[in-house]
Amino acid sequence: MYSKILILRFPETEVEKPIVCYLVKDYDLTFNILNATILPRKEGIMVLELSGSRKNFREGVQYLKSQGVHVKNASQEIRRDNKKCTHCGACTAVCPTGALSIQRPEMLVVFDQKKCSVCELCVSACPPRAMEAKPTSKIFFE
Amino acid sequence: MKKYKVNKTYLEINEKIKSGEVVVVTAEEIIDIVKKEGSVEAARRVDIVTTGTFSPMCSSGAFINFGHSVPTIRASEVWLNKVPAYAGVAAVDCYIGATELCEDDPLNKVYPGEFNYGGGHVIQDLVAGKNVHLKATSYGTSCYPNRMIEKEISLRTLPSATLCNPRNGYQNYNCAVNLTNKTIYTYMGTLKPKAGNANYSSAGELSPLLNDPYYKTIGLGTRIFLGGGIGYVTWHGTQHKPSVKRTKKGVPLTPAGTLWVMGDLKKMSSKWLVGVSIQGYGCSLAVGLGIPIPILNEEIVQYAAVSDEEIFTQIVDYGHDYPNGISKSYGQVSYAELKSGHIEFKGEKIPTVPLSSMVMAREIAETLKKWILQGKFMLGEPQFTLLR
Ligand code: SF4
Ligand code: SF4
Repeated sequence: MYSKILILRFPETEVEKPIVCYLVKDYDLTFNILNATILPRKEGIMVLELSGSRKNFREGVQYLKSQGVHVKNASQEIRRDNKKCTHCGACTAVCPTGALSIQRPEMLVVFDQKKCSVCELCVSACPPRAMEAKPTSKIFFE
Repeated sequence: MKKYKVNKTYLEINEKIKSGEVVVVTAEEIIDIVKKEGSVEAARRVDIVTTGTFSPMCSSGAFINFGHSVPTIRASEVWLNKVPAYAGVAAVDCYIGATELCEDDPLNKVYPGEFNYGGGHVIQDLVAGKNVHLKATSYGTSCYPNRMIEKEISLRTLPSATLCNPRNGYQNYNCAVNLTNKTIYTYMGTLKPKAGNANYSSAGELSPLLNDPYYKTIGLGTRIFLGGGIGYVTWHGTQHKPSVKRTKKGVPLTPAGTLWVMGDLKKMSSKWLVGVSIQGYGCSLAVGLGIPIPILNEEIVQYAAVSDEEIFTQIVDYGHDYPNGISKSYGQVSYAELKSGHIEFKGEKIPTVPLSSMVMAREIAETLKKWILQGKFMLGEPQFTLLR
Protein backbone atom coordinates (compact mmCIF):
# COMPACT_ATOMS: atom_id res chain seq x y z
CA MET A 1 0.00 0.00 0.00
CA TYR A 2 1.39 3.32 -1.12
CA SER A 3 0.06 6.57 0.30
CA LYS A 4 0.93 10.23 -0.08
CA ILE A 5 -0.51 13.63 0.59
CA LEU A 6 -0.81 15.71 -2.56
CA ILE A 7 -1.72 19.28 -3.26
CA LEU A 8 -3.78 19.57 -6.46
CA ARG A 9 -4.38 22.83 -8.23
CA PHE A 10 -7.22 22.79 -10.72
CA PRO A 11 -7.34 25.41 -13.45
CA GLU A 12 -10.63 27.33 -13.66
CA THR A 13 -11.88 25.20 -16.59
CA GLU A 14 -11.46 21.93 -14.71
CA VAL A 15 -12.96 22.92 -11.40
CA GLU A 16 -16.45 21.64 -12.25
CA LYS A 17 -15.34 18.18 -13.50
CA PRO A 18 -15.38 15.22 -11.11
CA ILE A 19 -11.77 14.33 -11.98
CA VAL A 20 -10.99 12.93 -8.57
CA CYS A 21 -13.78 10.36 -8.83
CA TYR A 22 -12.07 8.77 -11.84
CA LEU A 23 -9.09 8.04 -9.60
CA VAL A 24 -11.31 5.61 -7.75
CA LYS A 25 -13.16 4.21 -10.74
CA ASP A 26 -10.34 3.83 -13.25
CA TYR A 27 -7.23 3.51 -11.05
CA ASP A 28 -8.52 1.74 -8.00
CA LEU A 29 -7.22 4.40 -5.65
CA THR A 30 -8.78 5.64 -2.44
CA PHE A 31 -8.65 9.20 -1.27
CA ASN A 32 -9.29 11.32 1.76
CA ILE A 33 -9.88 15.03 1.15
CA LEU A 34 -8.08 17.11 3.78
CA ASN A 35 -8.93 20.50 2.41
CA ALA A 36 -10.55 22.06 -0.64
CA THR A 37 -10.79 25.71 -1.54
CA ILE A 38 -11.74 27.72 -4.59
CA LEU A 39 -9.40 30.67 -4.96
CA PRO A 40 -10.56 34.14 -6.05
CA ARG A 41 -9.47 33.59 -9.63
CA LYS A 42 -11.65 30.48 -9.72
CA GLU A 43 -8.69 28.16 -9.47
CA GLY A 44 -9.39 25.23 -7.16
CA ILE A 45 -7.00 23.83 -4.56
CA MET A 46 -7.41 20.42 -3.00
CA VAL A 47 -5.22 18.71 -0.48
CA LEU A 48 -5.80 14.97 -0.42
CA GLU A 49 -4.27 11.79 0.78
CA LEU A 50 -4.15 9.30 -2.08
CA SER A 51 -3.59 5.58 -1.50
CA GLY A 52 -3.31 2.46 -3.64
CA SER A 53 -0.69 0.28 -5.29
CA ARG A 54 2.47 2.02 -6.39
CA LYS A 55 1.71 1.43 -10.06
CA ASN A 56 -1.86 2.68 -9.86
CA PHE A 57 -0.69 5.68 -7.87
CA ARG A 58 1.79 6.64 -10.57
CA GLU A 59 -0.74 6.22 -13.35
CA GLY A 60 -3.38 8.11 -11.43
CA VAL A 61 -1.07 11.07 -10.97
CA GLN A 62 -0.25 10.97 -14.66
CA TYR A 63 -3.96 11.07 -15.44
CA LEU A 64 -4.38 14.12 -13.23
CA LYS A 65 -1.55 15.91 -14.99
CA SER A 66 -3.00 15.05 -18.40
CA GLN A 67 -6.18 16.80 -17.29
CA GLY A 68 -4.25 20.02 -16.66
CA VAL A 69 -4.16 19.56 -12.88
CA HIS A 70 -0.99 20.79 -11.20
CA VAL A 71 0.18 18.11 -8.75
CA LYS A 72 2.54 18.81 -5.89
CA ASN A 73 3.82 16.52 -3.22
CA ALA A 74 2.75 17.73 0.19
CA SER A 75 5.83 16.35 1.81
CA GLN A 76 6.22 19.61 3.60
CA GLU A 77 4.81 21.10 6.69
CA ILE A 78 4.01 24.56 7.88
CA ARG A 79 5.92 25.94 10.80
CA ARG A 80 5.73 29.21 12.62
CA ASP A 81 8.83 31.13 13.56
CA ASN A 82 7.63 32.22 16.97
CA LYS A 83 10.30 34.90 17.22
CA LYS A 84 8.85 36.59 14.15
CA CYS A 85 5.17 36.26 15.02
CA THR A 86 3.74 39.53 16.32
CA HIS A 87 0.32 38.04 17.14
CA CYS A 88 -1.33 40.48 14.79
CA GLY A 89 -4.03 38.03 13.73
CA ALA A 90 -3.97 38.70 9.96
CA CYS A 91 -3.49 34.99 9.19
CA THR A 92 -6.78 34.05 10.83
CA ALA A 93 -8.56 35.66 7.88
CA VAL A 94 -7.26 33.02 5.48
CA CYS A 95 -6.66 29.85 7.51
CA PRO A 96 -9.43 27.46 6.42
CA THR A 97 -8.91 24.81 9.10
CA GLY A 98 -8.67 26.82 12.29
CA ALA A 99 -5.03 25.77 12.76
CA LEU A 100 -4.38 29.45 13.36
CA SER A 101 -6.81 30.86 15.88
CA ILE A 102 -7.08 33.52 18.54
CA GLN A 103 -7.02 32.70 22.23
CA ARG A 104 -9.26 35.10 24.10
CA PRO A 105 -9.23 37.28 26.10
CA GLU A 106 -5.45 37.55 25.74
CA MET A 107 -5.75 37.88 21.92
CA LEU A 108 -2.81 35.52 21.54
CA VAL A 109 -2.60 33.88 18.11
CA VAL A 110 -2.06 30.15 18.58
CA PHE A 111 -0.86 27.73 15.91
CA ASP A 112 -2.00 24.13 16.17
CA GLN A 113 0.03 22.23 13.62
CA LYS A 114 -2.15 19.14 14.01
CA LYS A 115 -5.04 21.01 12.40
CA CYS A 116 -2.92 22.36 9.53
CA SER A 117 -3.71 21.09 6.03
CA VAL A 118 -0.56 22.62 4.47
CA CYS A 119 -2.63 24.77 2.12
CA GLU A 120 0.06 27.45 2.47
CA LEU A 121 -2.44 30.31 2.36
CA CYS A 122 -0.97 31.82 5.53
CA VAL A 123 2.57 31.96 4.13
CA SER A 124 2.06 35.07 2.02
CA ALA A 125 -0.79 36.41 4.16
CA CYS A 126 1.45 36.78 7.23
CA PRO A 127 2.85 40.33 7.16
CA PRO A 128 6.17 39.64 8.98
CA ARG A 129 6.52 36.28 7.18
CA ALA A 130 6.48 34.14 10.30
CA MET A 131 4.77 31.18 8.58
CA GLU A 132 7.10 28.98 6.58
CA ALA A 133 6.69 25.86 4.45
CA LYS A 134 9.43 23.40 5.37
CA PRO A 135 10.23 20.00 3.90
CA THR A 136 9.45 17.11 6.17
CA SER A 137 10.38 13.46 6.17
CA LYS A 138 7.48 12.65 8.43
CA ILE A 139 4.81 10.38 6.94
CA PHE A 140 1.45 11.82 7.92
CA PHE A 141 -0.85 8.79 7.90
CA GLU A 142 0.44 5.25 8.14
CA MET B 1 -12.67 77.90 43.33
CA LYS B 2 -10.64 75.34 41.48
CA LYS B 3 -12.22 73.45 38.61
CA TYR B 4 -11.01 70.04 39.73
CA LYS B 5 -10.73 68.29 43.07
CA VAL B 6 -7.38 66.79 42.12
CA ASN B 7 -4.71 69.03 40.61
CA LYS B 8 -1.26 67.73 39.74
CA THR B 9 1.48 69.17 37.58
CA TYR B 10 4.01 67.50 35.30
CA LEU B 11 6.71 68.73 37.66
CA GLU B 12 5.10 67.09 40.69
CA ILE B 13 4.70 63.78 38.89
CA ASN B 14 8.31 63.89 37.68
CA GLU B 15 9.43 64.53 41.28
CA LYS B 16 7.54 61.39 42.28
CA ILE B 17 9.30 59.42 39.52
CA LYS B 18 12.64 60.60 40.91
CA SER B 19 11.76 59.73 44.50
CA GLY B 20 10.28 56.38 43.49
CA GLU B 21 6.79 57.16 44.85
CA VAL B 22 5.09 57.34 41.50
CA VAL B 23 2.03 55.12 40.89
CA VAL B 24 1.74 53.83 37.33
CA VAL B 25 -0.89 51.52 35.85
CA THR B 26 -1.72 50.49 32.28
CA ALA B 27 -4.74 51.66 30.31
CA GLU B 28 -6.30 48.22 30.87
CA GLU B 29 -5.71 48.27 34.63
CA ILE B 30 -7.14 51.76 35.14
CA ILE B 31 -10.59 50.68 33.92
CA ASP B 32 -11.40 48.66 37.05
CA ILE B 33 -9.67 51.10 39.37
CA VAL B 34 -11.93 53.94 38.25
CA LYS B 35 -14.98 51.66 38.38
CA LYS B 36 -14.21 50.66 41.97
CA GLU B 37 -12.77 53.83 43.44
CA GLY B 38 -14.37 56.55 41.33
CA SER B 39 -12.47 59.08 39.25
CA VAL B 40 -11.51 61.47 42.06
CA GLU B 41 -9.99 58.79 44.24
CA ALA B 42 -8.31 57.15 41.22
CA ALA B 43 -6.85 60.49 40.12
CA ARG B 44 -5.52 61.06 43.63
CA ARG B 45 -3.84 57.67 43.80
CA VAL B 46 -2.65 57.05 40.22
CA ASP B 47 -0.12 59.41 38.61
CA ILE B 48 0.37 57.91 35.16
CA VAL B 49 -1.57 55.61 32.82
CA THR B 50 0.49 53.90 30.13
CA THR B 51 -0.87 53.03 26.68
CA GLY B 52 0.47 51.07 23.73
CA THR B 53 -0.20 50.06 20.16
CA PHE B 54 1.59 47.88 17.62
CA SER B 55 0.48 47.61 14.02
CA PRO B 56 1.52 48.40 10.46
CA MET B 57 1.80 52.18 10.25
CA CYS B 58 2.31 53.54 6.77
CA SER B 59 3.64 57.08 6.78
CA SER B 60 6.74 55.99 8.64
CA GLY B 61 10.35 56.34 7.58
CA ALA B 62 13.82 57.42 8.56
CA PHE B 63 16.21 60.27 7.73
CA ILE B 64 19.65 58.82 7.20
CA ASN B 65 22.91 60.69 6.89
CA PHE B 66 25.41 58.28 5.38
CA GLY B 67 28.55 60.39 5.70
CA HIS B 68 30.95 61.72 3.07
CA SER B 69 33.12 59.52 0.89
CA VAL B 70 36.31 60.44 -0.96
CA PRO B 71 36.03 61.77 -3.59
CA THR B 72 32.90 63.49 -2.37
CA ILE B 73 29.45 62.93 -3.85
CA ARG B 74 26.27 64.98 -3.93
CA ALA B 75 23.86 62.09 -4.16
CA SER B 76 20.99 62.56 -6.60
CA GLU B 77 19.62 59.07 -6.29
CA VAL B 78 20.08 56.61 -3.42
CA TRP B 79 19.19 52.94 -3.00
CA LEU B 80 19.37 50.95 0.22
CA ASN B 81 19.36 47.21 -0.47
CA LYS B 82 17.89 48.13 -3.88
CA VAL B 83 15.04 50.09 -2.28
CA PRO B 84 15.03 53.70 -3.52
CA ALA B 85 15.40 56.37 -0.83
CA TYR B 86 14.52 60.01 -1.46
CA ALA B 87 17.79 61.86 -2.00
CA GLY B 88 16.63 65.40 -2.68
CA VAL B 89 17.45 66.48 0.86
CA ALA B 90 21.17 67.27 0.84
CA ALA B 91 24.49 65.82 -0.39
CA VAL B 92 24.55 62.74 1.82
CA ASP B 93 21.12 62.82 3.47
CA CYS B 94 18.20 60.68 2.39
CA TYR B 95 14.80 59.59 3.57
CA ILE B 96 13.82 55.94 3.39
CA GLY B 97 10.04 55.54 3.44
CA ALA B 98 8.33 52.44 4.82
CA THR B 99 6.17 51.76 1.76
CA GLU B 100 8.89 52.12 -0.88
CA LEU B 101 9.43 48.83 -2.74
CA CYS B 102 12.52 46.99 -3.85
CA GLU B 103 13.34 48.04 -7.42
CA ASP B 104 12.98 44.61 -9.00
CA ASP B 105 9.80 43.70 -7.12
CA PRO B 106 7.29 41.95 -9.42
CA LEU B 107 4.54 44.06 -7.80
CA ASN B 108 1.01 42.85 -8.58
CA LYS B 109 1.91 41.28 -11.92
CA VAL B 110 0.93 37.92 -10.51
CA TYR B 111 -1.99 38.93 -8.34
CA PRO B 112 -1.91 39.08 -5.35
CA GLY B 113 1.75 40.15 -5.17
CA GLU B 114 3.88 39.15 -2.20
CA PHE B 115 5.94 42.34 -1.72
CA ASN B 116 8.71 40.63 0.16
CA TYR B 117 11.09 43.55 0.69
CA GLY B 118 10.68 47.30 1.02
CA GLY B 119 11.60 50.38 3.01
CA GLY B 120 10.12 48.99 6.23
CA HIS B 121 12.39 45.96 5.91
CA VAL B 122 15.44 48.20 5.33
CA ILE B 123 14.64 50.01 8.58
CA GLN B 124 14.20 46.74 10.46
CA ASP B 125 17.48 45.36 9.03
CA LEU B 126 19.30 48.52 10.12
CA VAL B 127 18.02 48.40 13.69
CA ALA B 128 18.79 44.67 13.80
CA GLY B 129 22.43 45.67 13.24
CA LYS B 130 22.67 44.15 9.76
CA ASN B 131 24.77 45.60 6.98
CA VAL B 132 22.77 47.39 4.30
CA HIS B 133 24.09 47.98 0.78
CA LEU B 134 24.04 51.63 -0.24
CA LYS B 135 24.33 52.85 -3.81
CA ALA B 136 24.27 56.53 -4.73
CA THR B 137 24.59 58.23 -8.11
CA SER B 138 25.14 61.84 -9.09
CA TYR B 139 26.02 64.13 -12.01
CA GLY B 140 29.21 65.52 -10.44
CA THR B 141 29.99 69.09 -9.40
CA SER B 142 33.23 70.94 -8.65
CA CYS B 143 32.85 70.40 -4.93
CA TYR B 144 31.29 66.92 -5.27
CA PRO B 145 32.95 65.31 -8.31
CA ASN B 146 32.03 61.67 -7.61
CA ARG B 147 29.28 60.19 -9.77
CA MET B 148 28.70 56.89 -8.08
CA ILE B 149 29.44 55.21 -4.79
CA GLU B 150 28.59 51.82 -3.37
CA LYS B 151 29.23 50.86 0.23
CA GLU B 152 27.96 48.80 3.12
CA ILE B 153 26.41 50.83 5.89
CA SER B 154 25.32 49.79 9.36
CA LEU B 155 23.39 51.67 11.99
CA ARG B 156 26.37 51.79 14.34
CA THR B 157 28.65 53.54 11.87
CA LEU B 158 26.11 55.97 10.39
CA PRO B 159 26.69 59.60 11.45
CA SER B 160 22.96 59.88 12.20
CA ALA B 161 19.69 58.08 11.68
CA THR B 162 16.34 59.44 12.85
CA LEU B 163 12.99 57.76 12.70
CA CYS B 164 10.51 60.40 11.52
CA ASN B 165 6.94 59.23 11.03
CA PRO B 166 4.53 61.84 9.69
CA ARG B 167 1.42 59.88 10.63
CA ASN B 168 1.27 57.27 13.37
CA GLY B 169 -1.10 56.19 16.09
CA TYR B 170 -4.39 56.80 14.29
CA GLN B 171 -7.12 57.58 16.79
CA ASN B 172 -9.58 54.86 15.80
CA TYR B 173 -9.79 53.18 12.39
CA ASN B 174 -12.38 51.60 10.08
CA CYS B 175 -13.68 48.06 10.29
CA ALA B 176 -13.27 46.70 6.75
CA VAL B 177 -15.57 44.31 4.87
CA ASN B 178 -15.83 43.38 1.21
CA LEU B 179 -19.30 43.42 -0.33
CA THR B 180 -18.23 42.29 -3.82
CA ASN B 181 -18.23 38.68 -5.04
CA LYS B 182 -14.44 38.31 -5.21
CA THR B 183 -11.78 38.03 -2.52
CA ILE B 184 -9.75 41.24 -2.33
CA TYR B 185 -6.32 41.91 -0.85
CA THR B 186 -6.10 45.30 0.83
CA TYR B 187 -4.01 47.21 3.34
CA MET B 188 -6.70 46.02 5.75
CA GLY B 189 -5.76 42.40 5.00
CA THR B 190 -7.54 39.68 3.06
CA LEU B 191 -11.25 40.33 2.71
CA LYS B 192 -13.42 37.47 1.58
CA PRO B 193 -16.40 38.09 -0.71
CA LYS B 194 -19.90 38.94 0.53
CA ALA B 195 -18.63 40.15 3.89
CA GLY B 196 -16.94 36.84 4.69
CA ASN B 197 -14.85 38.51 7.36
CA ALA B 198 -14.50 41.91 9.03
CA ASN B 199 -10.98 43.25 9.70
CA TYR B 200 -10.10 45.98 12.15
CA SER B 201 -6.91 47.65 13.28
CA SER B 202 -6.84 49.47 16.59
CA ALA B 203 -5.70 48.51 20.04
CA GLY B 204 -9.00 49.90 21.40
CA GLU B 205 -8.83 50.53 25.13
CA LEU B 206 -5.01 50.40 25.09
CA SER B 207 -4.58 52.74 22.12
CA PRO B 208 -2.83 56.03 23.00
CA LEU B 209 -5.14 58.62 21.45
CA LEU B 210 -8.32 56.81 22.51
CA ASN B 211 -7.23 57.28 26.12
CA ASP B 212 -6.83 61.04 25.77
CA PRO B 213 -9.51 61.77 23.18
CA TYR B 214 -9.23 65.58 23.34
CA TYR B 215 -5.41 65.59 23.44
CA LYS B 216 -5.36 67.33 26.83
CA THR B 217 -1.92 65.95 27.67
CA ILE B 218 -0.41 65.14 24.26
CA GLY B 219 1.47 67.62 22.12
CA LEU B 220 4.84 68.87 20.96
CA GLY B 221 7.41 67.47 23.36
CA THR B 222 5.44 64.56 24.82
CA ARG B 223 8.02 61.86 25.51
CA ILE B 224 6.95 58.43 24.26
CA PHE B 225 7.94 54.80 23.72
CA LEU B 226 8.84 54.58 20.04
CA GLY B 227 10.19 51.51 18.31
CA GLY B 228 11.63 50.16 21.56
CA GLY B 229 13.48 53.42 22.30
CA ILE B 230 12.47 56.88 23.40
CA GLY B 231 10.83 59.26 20.99
CA TYR B 232 8.76 62.42 20.97
CA VAL B 233 5.51 63.70 19.58
CA THR B 234 6.63 66.63 17.43
CA TRP B 235 3.42 67.75 15.74
CA HIS B 236 -0.06 66.58 14.88
CA GLY B 237 0.24 63.94 12.18
CA THR B 238 -0.87 64.29 8.57
CA GLN B 239 -4.63 63.80 8.07
CA HIS B 240 -5.17 64.81 11.73
CA LYS B 241 -8.89 65.47 11.89
CA PRO B 242 -10.15 66.19 15.38
CA SER B 243 -13.54 67.57 14.27
CA VAL B 244 -15.29 64.22 13.70
CA LYS B 245 -18.41 62.93 15.44
CA ARG B 246 -17.75 61.65 18.94
CA THR B 247 -19.56 59.79 21.70
CA LYS B 248 -20.71 61.64 24.82
CA LYS B 249 -17.40 60.69 26.42
CA GLY B 250 -15.47 62.24 23.57
CA VAL B 251 -14.39 59.06 21.78
CA PRO B 252 -14.31 59.62 18.00
CA LEU B 253 -16.61 57.37 15.95
CA THR B 254 -14.39 57.44 12.85
CA PRO B 255 -10.63 57.88 12.24
CA ALA B 256 -9.68 61.20 13.87
CA GLY B 257 -6.42 62.44 15.41
CA THR B 258 -2.94 61.34 14.33
CA LEU B 259 0.61 61.88 15.60
CA TRP B 260 3.84 63.02 14.04
CA VAL B 261 6.60 61.28 15.96
CA MET B 262 10.40 61.23 15.92
CA GLY B 263 13.20 59.49 17.71
CA ASP B 264 16.80 58.33 17.48
CA LEU B 265 16.79 55.17 15.34
CA LYS B 266 20.09 54.10 16.90
CA LYS B 267 18.36 53.47 20.22
CA MET B 268 15.50 51.43 18.77
CA SER B 269 15.05 47.70 18.32
CA SER B 270 14.02 45.31 15.56
CA LYS B 271 11.44 43.79 17.88
CA TRP B 272 9.43 47.00 17.79
CA LEU B 273 10.09 48.11 14.20
CA VAL B 274 9.06 45.24 11.97
CA GLY B 275 9.06 45.37 8.17
CA VAL B 276 5.81 43.91 6.87
CA SER B 277 4.61 42.59 3.51
CA ILE B 278 0.94 43.08 2.87
CA GLN B 279 -0.27 40.65 0.23
CA GLY B 280 -1.61 42.34 -2.89
CA TYR B 281 -0.92 45.78 -1.43
CA GLY B 282 2.73 46.51 -0.67
CA CYS B 283 5.22 46.98 2.14
CA SER B 284 5.00 48.87 5.38
CA LEU B 285 6.49 49.08 8.84
CA ALA B 286 4.84 47.83 12.02
CA VAL B 287 5.65 50.34 14.73
CA GLY B 288 5.49 49.94 18.48
CA LEU B 289 4.24 53.15 20.07
CA GLY B 290 3.28 53.93 23.65
CA ILE B 291 2.31 57.14 25.39
CA PRO B 292 2.22 57.83 29.13
CA ILE B 293 -0.79 59.85 30.15
CA PRO B 294 -0.20 62.01 33.21
CA ILE B 295 -3.22 62.01 35.49
CA LEU B 296 -3.36 65.74 36.13
CA ASN B 297 -6.95 65.67 37.36
CA GLU B 298 -10.07 63.51 37.63
CA GLU B 299 -11.29 64.42 34.14
CA ILE B 300 -8.16 62.97 32.53
CA VAL B 301 -8.43 59.72 34.46
CA GLN B 302 -12.05 59.45 33.39
CA TYR B 303 -10.96 59.56 29.74
CA ALA B 304 -8.14 57.09 30.32
CA ALA B 305 -10.58 54.62 31.89
CA VAL B 306 -12.38 54.14 28.57
CA SER B 307 -13.12 50.48 27.79
CA ASP B 308 -13.71 48.54 24.57
CA GLU B 309 -17.49 48.64 25.15
CA GLU B 310 -17.39 52.44 24.85
CA ILE B 311 -15.25 52.66 21.71
CA PHE B 312 -17.04 52.33 18.38
CA THR B 313 -16.07 52.28 14.74
CA GLN B 314 -17.81 52.13 11.37
CA ILE B 315 -18.12 49.17 9.02
CA VAL B 316 -16.78 50.26 5.63
CA ASP B 317 -16.92 48.40 2.30
CA TYR B 318 -13.43 48.11 0.81
CA GLY B 319 -14.67 46.23 -2.25
CA HIS B 320 -16.57 49.03 -3.95
CA ASP B 321 -17.06 52.08 -1.72
CA TYR B 322 -13.56 52.76 -0.44
CA PRO B 323 -11.76 52.62 -3.82
CA ASN B 324 -14.44 54.92 -5.24
CA GLY B 325 -14.13 57.47 -2.47
CA ILE B 326 -17.63 56.77 -1.16
CA SER B 327 -17.80 57.26 2.57
CA LYS B 328 -20.66 55.16 3.80
CA SER B 329 -21.09 53.28 7.05
CA TYR B 330 -22.81 49.91 7.06
CA GLY B 331 -23.17 50.01 10.79
CA GLN B 332 -21.40 50.84 14.02
CA VAL B 333 -19.63 48.22 16.14
CA SER B 334 -17.78 48.38 19.44
CA TYR B 335 -14.28 47.06 19.99
CA ALA B 336 -15.70 44.71 22.60
CA GLU B 337 -17.77 43.10 19.82
CA LEU B 338 -14.86 43.13 17.38
CA LYS B 339 -12.53 41.48 19.87
CA SER B 340 -15.12 38.81 20.72
CA GLY B 341 -14.40 37.16 17.36
CA HIS B 342 -17.73 37.81 15.64
CA ILE B 343 -19.98 40.72 14.76
CA GLU B 344 -23.54 40.88 13.55
CA PHE B 345 -23.71 42.11 10.01
CA LYS B 346 -26.97 42.25 8.03
CA GLY B 347 -28.44 39.68 10.35
CA GLU B 348 -25.55 37.28 10.04
CA LYS B 349 -22.62 36.44 12.27
CA ILE B 350 -19.31 37.13 10.56
CA PRO B 351 -15.82 36.42 11.91
CA THR B 352 -13.60 39.36 12.83
CA VAL B 353 -9.86 39.56 12.19
CA PRO B 354 -7.52 41.90 14.06
CA LEU B 355 -4.49 43.45 12.33
CA SER B 356 -3.17 45.28 15.37
CA SER B 357 -1.44 43.15 18.00
CA MET B 358 -2.96 43.36 21.47
CA VAL B 359 -0.19 41.13 22.82
CA MET B 360 2.50 43.59 21.72
CA ALA B 361 0.40 46.64 22.71
CA ARG B 362 0.09 45.27 26.23
CA GLU B 363 3.82 44.59 26.39
CA ILE B 364 4.53 48.19 25.36
CA ALA B 365 2.25 49.58 28.08
CA GLU B 366 3.93 47.26 30.60
CA THR B 367 7.43 48.23 29.42
CA LEU B 368 6.67 51.92 29.66
CA LYS B 369 5.30 51.34 33.16
CA LYS B 370 8.48 49.52 34.16
CA TRP B 371 10.72 52.27 32.75
CA ILE B 372 8.83 54.91 34.74
CA LEU B 373 8.86 52.87 37.95
CA GLN B 374 12.60 52.36 37.57
CA GLY B 375 13.06 56.11 37.19
CA LYS B 376 14.44 55.74 33.66
CA PHE B 377 11.69 57.65 31.91
CA MET B 378 10.47 61.14 32.82
CA LEU B 379 7.37 62.83 31.48
CA GLY B 380 7.88 65.43 28.76
CA GLU B 381 5.60 68.40 29.24
CA PRO B 382 4.20 69.52 25.88
CA GLN B 383 4.92 73.07 24.69
CA PHE B 384 1.40 73.07 23.33
CA THR B 385 -1.12 70.28 22.89
CA LEU B 386 -2.39 68.92 19.57
CA LEU B 387 -4.95 70.84 17.57
CA ARG B 388 -8.48 70.01 18.66
S1 SF4 C 1 -0.18 36.77 10.53
FE1 SF4 C 1 1.88 36.03 11.06
S2 SF4 C 1 2.58 37.46 12.65
FE2 SF4 C 1 0.37 37.73 12.47
S3 SF4 C 1 -0.45 36.35 14.03
FE3 SF4 C 1 -0.42 35.19 12.10
S4 SF4 C 1 1.54 34.14 12.16
FE4 SF4 C 1 1.68 35.71 13.71
S1 SF4 D 1 -1.09 26.14 5.86
FE1 SF4 D 1 -1.53 27.90 7.11
S2 SF4 D 1 -3.54 28.61 6.41
FE2 SF4 D 1 -3.29 26.51 5.64
S3 SF4 D 1 -4.20 25.23 7.25
FE3 SF4 D 1 -2.02 25.38 7.73
S4 SF4 D 1 -1.91 27.10 9.17
FE4 SF4 D 1 -3.91 27.25 8.15
